[in-house]
Amino acid sequence: MKLITAVVKPHRLDEIKQALQAFGVHGLTVTEASGYGRQRGHTEVYRGAEYTVDLVPKIRIEVLVEDGDAEELIEVVVKAAHTGKIGDGKVWSVPVETAVRVRTGERGPDAL
Amino acid sequence: MPPGITLAADAPQLSSANTGFMLICSALVMIMTPGLAFFYGGMVRVKSTLNMLMMSFISLGIVTILWVLYGFSLAFGESNGFIGWSKDYFGLSGIGLVQLWPGYSIPIYVFAVFQLMFAVITPALISGALADRVKFTAWALFTALWVTVVYFPVAHWVWASDGWLFKKGVIDFAGGTAVHINAGAAALGVILVIGKRVGFKKDPMRPHSLPLVMLGAGLLWFGWFGFNAGSWLGNDDGVGAVMFVNTQVATAAAMLAWLLYEKLRHGSFTTLGAASGAVAGLVAITPSGGCVSPLGAIAIGVIAGVLCAMAINLKYRFGFDDSLDVVGVHMVGGITGSLLVGLFATGGVQSTAKGLFYGGGLDQLGKQALGVGAVLGYSLVVSAVLALALDKTIGMRVPEDDEVSGIDQVEHAETAYDFSGAGGGTAPRRTVAVPGEMAANKKVDA
Repeated sequence: MKLITAVVKPHRLDEIKQALQAFGVHGLTVTEASGYGRQRGHTEVYRGAEYTVDLVPKIRIEVLVEDGDAEELIEVVVKAAHTGKIGDGKVWSVPVETAVRVRTGERGPDAL
Repeated sequence: MPPGITLAADAPQLSSANTGFMLICSALVMIMTPGLAFFYGGMVRVKSTLNMLMMSFISLGIVTILWVLYGFSLAFGESNGFIGWSKDYFGLSGIGLVQLWPGYSIPIYVFAVFQLMFAVITPALISGALADRVKFTAWALFTALWVTVVYFPVAHWVWASDGWLFKKGVIDFAGGTAVHINAGAAALGVILVIGKRVGFKKDPMRPHSLPLVMLGAGLLWFGWFGFNAGSWLGNDDGVGAVMFVNTQVATAAAMLAWLLYEKLRHGSFTTLGAASGAVAGLVAITPSGGCVSPLGAIAIGVIAGVLCAMAINLKYRFGFDDSLDVVGVHMVGGITGSLLVGLFATGGVQSTAKGLFYGGGLDQLGKQALGVGAVLGYSLVVSAVLALALDKTIGMRVPEDDEVSGIDQVEHAETAYDFSGAGGGTAPRRTVAVPGEMAANKKVDA
């Protein structure tokens, strides 16, 4: 199994959700997050005094998938999150040892 | 000593219309002080919001009492040119219910409350320069001393018919000199003595609530109609109405000018810029609005908007911490408006004096410069001396630790917002005491 994590712009959430549903993903977790990448946030100006706000709002989406679907799913998320502008975010995957459905005790791919 | 404006009526007769109008104007000017409190309160950081509100609000208490006791007498009593005194005005106790000054159609009482509101807001204006760092008792004492030795005399110089600046022909219709330059110069004097906030130029000191700033600016704008249109003490001949129009027009122009300057210089039209530009326009039209045309008012607004937007950067260049730009907006705006009288006065409204652009030569400009220089110099020096005296005796500033952790808690035992959690919401709560238990159990939330 793989855990796909995407830290992306908040306004892309709906697009990504729809894309994931179309792909056949049953569940996902969304968290509000903040952070910065290479562009280091933005600048605000108050009466000419500039302040750098380096942590900008993001959302973090997490999805568990079977190994064979991981690459394709990453492509789906990247496509849905893409705006072409700076700060679009990142998507990555990590291997997952096990997963358990709490209600039934099912393990592994059955728990997804 | 009646104020130095002359109305058309020869035989003074109480005008109920003018009296009602002036009571409403007085109430409008009153709302400016809470408005100012919000204007300033939104511009500071969360940890010092209440202190900023209180520094304005306390003026309503202190100055009101002093004005009734002796302030009105010092400002509008019998005169030697520099200071007034009339024993009838002491405690406002010797004034008849419908007593009028010769030539005026409103009771002296009404004039006294109208002017009281000016006296209240002027020291409150100073507080914006002192954000985050001044002991509340020191501020309260400063307010009492400052109005006594600076505001009351200066109001006398500028507005009483025997005041020396008034007799020189200086025009200060609604308080550009007596209120704004006076407060701005005082702010400069005090901050040169007490120094900068901890972290000035290093830590971010972003306004914590721009909506509050906008609310405050809106209330100021609204109340300013009383400030300006009321300064003719009636509206039998339309001068008050012209002043109302000029106030609106100059403020609008200044707001647009500030925003445009900001867009070109920094790239955005900011909310704070709109609020600041509006206040700059209001300040600038205050001394000049009674003697210019609406087109002149637009010019004054544009010039003041741009000049004040440029002036607020001076504090970074010279390293004085004028926290909320009292010098940049009120002093510079006041000077701008006062001097522009010398250029834009038409001679056809409140005064027959003509400015340079209306064939009056440089005469009026010279008089205006005299008024600006005299008030600026006097207020700057005396305010600095007062601050120094207080600093050497009771101390003007809170300890550095308290300033960093937040002046609201130290000076007022309150905080402006409960962000439950961020403020330690999980600490064990004691049960609410009934009033009877309170006295026996004084250690609340140790």
